[in-house]
Amino acid sequence: MGSETNISPILEIKNLEKSFGNNKVLKGFNLQLFEGENLVVMGKSGSGKSVMIKCLVGLIQADSGSIHIKDNDITILGQTELDVLRTEIGFLFQGSALYDSMTVRENLEFPLRRHKKKLNMHEKTETLVVEALENVGLADAIDLMPAELSGGMKRRVALARALILKPKIILYDEPTTGLDPITAKEIIQLMRTIQKKYGTSSLIITHDVDCARVISNRIILLVDGINYAEGTYADLSHSDDPNIKAFFKQ
Amino acid sequence: MANAVHIVERTKAFFVEIGDISFFAGRYFREVFKAPFEFKELIRQCYNIGNRSLLLVGVTGFILGLVFTLQSRPTLMEFGAESWMPSMVGISIVREIGPVITALICAGRIGSGIGAELGSMRVTEQIDAMEVSGTNPFKYLVITRITAATLMLPLLIIFGDAIALLGSALVENFKGGVSFQLYFNKVFDALAFSDLLPATVKSFFFGFAIGLIGCYKGYFCKKGTVGVGEASNSAVVYTSMLLFVIDFIAVFVSDIFFEI
Repeated sequence: MGSETNISPILEIKNLEKSFGNNKVLKGFNLQLFEGENLVVMGKSGSGKSVMIKCLVGLIQADSGSIHIKDNDITILGQTELDVLRTEIGFLFQGSALYDSMTVRENLEFPLRRHKKKLNMHEKTETLVVEALENVGLADAIDLMPAELSGGMKRRVALARALILKPKIILYDEPTTGLDPITAKEIIQLMRTIQKKYGTSSLIITHDVDCARVISNRIILLVDGINYAEGTYADLSHSDDPNIKAFFKQ
Repeated sequence: MANAVHIVERTKAFFVEIGDISFFAGRYFREVFKAPFEFKELIRQCYNIGNRSLLLVGVTGFILGLVFTLQSRPTLMEFGAESWMPSMVGISIVREIGPVITALICAGRIGSGIGAELGSMRVTEQIDAMEVSGTNPFKYLVITRITAATLMLPLLIIFGDAIALLGSALVENFKGGVSFQLYFNKVFDALAFSDLLPATVKSFFFGFAIGLIGCYKGYFCKKGTVGVGEASNSAVVYTSMLLFVIDFIAVFVSDIFFEI
């Protein structure tokens, strides 16, 4: 990602601010994500990581600042335009957020049924669903209910659902939280494989140092609602700053 | 003093919630006629709300008819007025008891079900996931459920009334030797347009109230499993209260138009 300065970012946040009552969570956060990049945002619990990522997709309204995704400022987009833009963003939720009244197949068909035509996807729905599940190694689970899946399998299905519309950007909210170390490694590996296969840009929110080490091209440390530090894993892990050290000496 | 402050706070919160529910209802009317329409989900919800409530409504209606007739019969016999039984039971059930009891049962079954389902979807971020995938969750989850409840409640009430009358006819047949044909002839002779129209109209409002409160409580469920339980519980409590308010208003308005 050495030539970032020469190209325009696919996603850009400028001076993002968000408060809940008197609690100011984000105090002018900035971020740029470039095409094909894996950018990790790290921060301790309550630092505003999840608020930031929810502002990105319009789930939470920011107080001020701008969020540009592919030249669209989502803070001023209407509902219809926002829904269209959302089809270009995949979102992996911390708890997977699979629709528990639907089978794995129906979970994957849900976004397809609504947006396939608009996105000019000519393949059959069944073909796309099977392909997405094969990508995450779960083709056999197609007719299972979410309740029948393990935590790791749920996360894989959620990843398949996030990828089904072939988005340009994928947002990961704590992708390895709640998983055992082996499953967490498998998920990280899967994220890398998918990034290589589809050339997606990924924004990963995590406090898992291993995840950050393996997957990141660049890391931003979010402390007290601002960008505290930024750099590669190697840069930050060798920093002498006690606040940065606290993250990497776990 | 502390108690007075607490009461004022609770009263204020209650009226704020009434305002929020009104906004929620307003949003329903603003969006219900706007495309895209979720017909498939609407049909599925009609099936869930209507077909799956049939047994409960049927059994309750049947027992209601049996008990009502058994309890009323001795009193009417005292006055030698047992021949009035079909008309009395028919009017009572069609005009008031049938709709209210069926709506209360549905508030328990449907209202709490919707509250718990949407509440757990909120808590587990499924509603957020739907929104992020470019689907309007209000249209997909809320509008379909409120519309389905509004359409299905009148049908369930008609079904419940019919079964209740059947139960009553059965008692009359066993105890008084009244034939089914005679019983139902007397019921239909006694029923007038002014009995059927208000009962049918108010049943749509009952359905709307059940769907609205269930969806509101679930959609804005607070975090955690406790929140889901509260959403489900308060959906039933609020709906039950609202049903009686609607019933009072319906009787009041019917009285103006039909002088019941």
